[in-house]
Amino acid sequence: MPPPEQRLALAELFGDGRQELIDHIPHCRRLGMVVEHVGPRMARVRLPWRDELIGDPVRRVVFGGAITTLVDHASGLAVFCSLPELTAIATLDLRVDYLRAAAPDHALVGEAHCYKLTRHVAFVRAAAWEVTPDDPFASCLATFMLGANSSLSPVARALRADKEPA
Amino acid sequence: MKPRDALDNIPYARFLDVGVEEDADGIVCVLPFRDDLVGNAALPAIHGGVVGAFLELTALVGLLAVGETQRVPKPINFAVDYLRSVGPRTTRGRAAIVKHGRRIANVRVVAWQDDPAKPVAAGIGNFLL
Repeated sequence: MPPPEQRLALAELFGDGRQELIDHIPHCRRLGMVVEHVGPRMARVRLPWRDELIGDPVRRVVFGGAITTLVDHASGLAVFCSLPELTAIATLDLRVDYLRAAAPDHALVGEAHCYKLTRHVAFVRAAAWEVTPDDPFASCLATFMLGANSSLSPVARALRADKEPA
Repeated sequence: MKPRDALDNIPYARFLDVGVEEDADGIVCVLPFRDDLVGNAALPAIHGGVVGAFLELTALVGLLAVGETQRVPKPINFAVDYLRSVGPRTTRGRAAIVKHGRRIANVRVVAWQDDPAKPVAAGIGNFLL
């Protein structure tokens, strides 16, 4: 029996800097989001610092909702990295605990792990930090619905478009 | 603090270009659609993170509008339920303060697009005042 990672749809993409996974997403491009690493059932994404993300101008702390975007995206990618076959997914719910304020002027890193996959639902844990994973400023739980709509997974479409000659 | 002033002071709110309206039931926050908010180009749909952030901003505006705090409340946690795909249209949100204590406030938010009876997302969060 092959090791589980060989049965995952995106296995051949696992590794560092797989930017093609988010380059087709307008909001990720707008924020300059970077895929640091994807692997079996996990993804790590970096959100570069920019003043636009500030929620508290006095303390220069990033707005909580910007962290939501980071962990939501890392979580979705972790789900794609868990699927035996690519399908569309949709976030059902997502809860973020803001453990402390994120330090200003640092890139924010979000890492997500899909720890359980059923036929219809994926369960994800994620955390975000700016310096070290040992000291996260946010933790997150999310669930995703699989096969959420009839359209092909946006990742699959993007990858297919990349492979087709222009 | 007036909601409009609060939003003007928050760079992330300016980035999303969130505005405020007022109707008979109170304050409504408005998120205009923009191409660079899209998270799923196939549908297309607004990025789930943007939807969550908009709900959290709406909650914050709801708290600031009460006028009992001069500082921006700090979120402790925020939970979002994604109820429908959020299409390439204007999104509106309304906050209801469930409990306003001395140190903690609990705020519930609902967002919709065309029909307030068909919410696209709902959120609830605790804030440190």
